[in-house]
Amino acid sequence: MTAATVRSFEMGKSTRVAYGETLRELGRERSDIVVLDADLSKSTQTVLFGKEFPERWFNIGIQEANLVSMASGFASCGYVPFISSFAVFLVCKGFDQLRMGVAYPGINVKVVTSHGGISIGQDGPSQMGIEDLGLACSLPGFVVCCPADEVSARELVRETAKHDSAVYLRTGRPAVPIIYGADHPPETFRLGKSVQITDGGDVTLIACGLMVSEALIAHDILAAEGIRARVIDMHTLKPLDGEAVERAARETGAIVTAEEHLLHGGLGSIVAQFAAKHHPVPVESVGVEDTYAESGSPDELLDRYGLRAVNIAEAARRSLARKSS
Amino acid sequence: MASTKVEQRCSQMARSIRVHSLRMIHAAGSGHPGGSFSAADILAALYSDCLKFRPDEPDWLDRDRLVYSKGHGCPALYAAMAVAGYFPVDELIGLRKLDCRFQGHPDRRKIPALEASTGSLGQGLSIALGMALARRLSGQDYHVYCVIGDGETDEGQIWEAALYAGAHGVDHLIGITDYNKIQNDDYSENILPKRDLPEKWAAFGWHPIEIDGHDISAIRGALEEARGVSGKPVMIVAHTVKGKGVSFMEDEPGWHGKAPNDEEFVRAMAELGEEVSV
Ligand SMILES: Cc1ncc(C[n+]2csc(CCOP(=O)(O)OP(=O)(O)O)c2C)c(N)n1
Repeated sequence: MTAATVRSFEMGKSTRVAYGETLRELGRERSDIVVLDADLSKSTQTVLFGKEFPERWFNIGIQEANLVSMASGFASCGYVPFISSFAVFLVCKGFDQLRMGVAYPGINVKVVTSHGGISIGQDGPSQMGIEDLGLACSLPGFVVCCPADEVSARELVRETAKHDSAVYLRTGRPAVPIIYGADHPPETFRLGKSVQITDGGDVTLIACGLMVSEALIAHDILAAEGIRARVIDMHTLKPLDGEAVERAARETGAIVTAEEHLLHGGLGSIVAQFAAKHHPVPVESVGVEDTYAESGSPDELLDRYGLRAVNIAEAARRSLARKSS
Repeated sequence: MASTKVEQRCSQMARSIRVHSLRMIHAAGSGHPGGSFSAADILAALYSDCLKFRPDEPDWLDRDRLVYSKGHGCPALYAAMAVAGYFPVDELIGLRKLDCRFQGHPDRRKIPALEASTGSLGQGLSIALGMALARRLSGQDYHVYCVIGDGETDEGQIWEAALYAGAHGVDHLIGITDYNKIQNDDYSENILPKRDLPEKWAAFGWHPIEIDGHDISAIRGALEEARGVSGKPVMIVAHTVKGKGVSFMEDEPGWHGKAPNDEEFVRAMAELGEEVSV
């Protein structure tokens, strides 16, 4: 087998920086947005908003539970609060508050976290959000979103602000490749509407977050083997773009999901559940197995925990084998 | 005041803790020097003549427990434990690197001698409380120590543990607040001012002791007083300086979570009495 020629990407900013910059723009456009952070504003990038709008920015201290409930109060009084911390702290420490103060009463709070996934690197597992997407999806009424690059992140943060109920949006720490060139029409990005990036009839690779670029490389690896893969950026996990999943199942007959998240409860679970009900086909999932990661560089960790294009390609071959057996 | 032999040993150990912490963080290219340095004298006092422990028998039942709740400041903890005989000091340099047991935040899976995995702030005091209650139930003879950050006391869970331990007179539980007045983003005064910490702990039923957290004899005195208290948990509120020991890091919020570059490293090491070149 000859080595595949795979695409290379131009590096962009991290999705958290895209969030911070967009939030600042939104602050200029709207006076009803307030921002709350729990002493991690330089990491989450809400500090950009804070510098320009100190009177609408509340860096309340290391109190994630308090943060969520305070935001619920702000929202009940007509403000649109954006609340931010690391994914793991905000969702895990604030979970019951998200349930009681946001999801259950149907309050419009925007939960935008940073440091999703294992690509945060050296800080290690206590700081890695690998269960946040699943937990957020378990909150009735929440829209759950995980953008792949800075371009889509900017648009999806804007969509989040426009949306009239609770949204969970996860951003990441490292700079990530640009998937959507600047000429890409922004209206492509709508909450709940996936983006099909490549067409192909053999297998569909459905990814979110930084796994979208890995899926595109996997597409190229597979192409060299004569396998045509459809790649879908499923930036919104909930509501799932079921129509795209059903079409993928029908037209390609095999699905691989890829996410920087535990396999339980995330994109893989959701897609498999949907496919099983609407158009059963082999579904293989790439994600963090039932474990916590460790300290290391982001690249080393993505290699070790199997979150790479080669892992997606391998999963695609498995799904194809199942399809034909 | 002439210092005793023990105090000189403590001061030596505190210096080693700072030197090793800095080496580790510099080599890793990331980490938290400020809160490692502010806690160095406290850790030195704990490990040089307060804690009962056996490095070669980490699961010894009667050992004192130390829960290091401000997990991000672990370089100082790893260094103290290495100097105390738990690990070869040469291994520390692998901090935060793949396959090194010195993870970015303390991980019991990798180092069983750690009493708790920490890194999500606010939880260690509750873990220590559980250990102290277990001690009471089993009638064993040990103390449970817990080092928390002042920023960490923003967390409501700290005050849940405070309320319970105070109401139930849980003794053999000794908290130490590394009160350096800086948290992640800025000075605590600009985020969430603490104020009257000893009074707060007293109001929750704790025995507070307020000291200078860089005065070895004061730290040792406070630990001794704490061990003598019965019927109440103790909180030692130790006034410290974040980044203590390196002039340009002292009381500077910017040094909470940042590694020194090569030039800063050489300068900082020189201030700690080590000539190095990179
Ligand atoms: C639950 C949680 N929220 C946020 C963080 C991120 N964080 C790491 S250190 C820190 C500031 C801690 O301040 P303090 O307790 O005073 O520690 P010190 O100054 O001694 O380093 C924050 C907010 C965390 N580790 N855990």
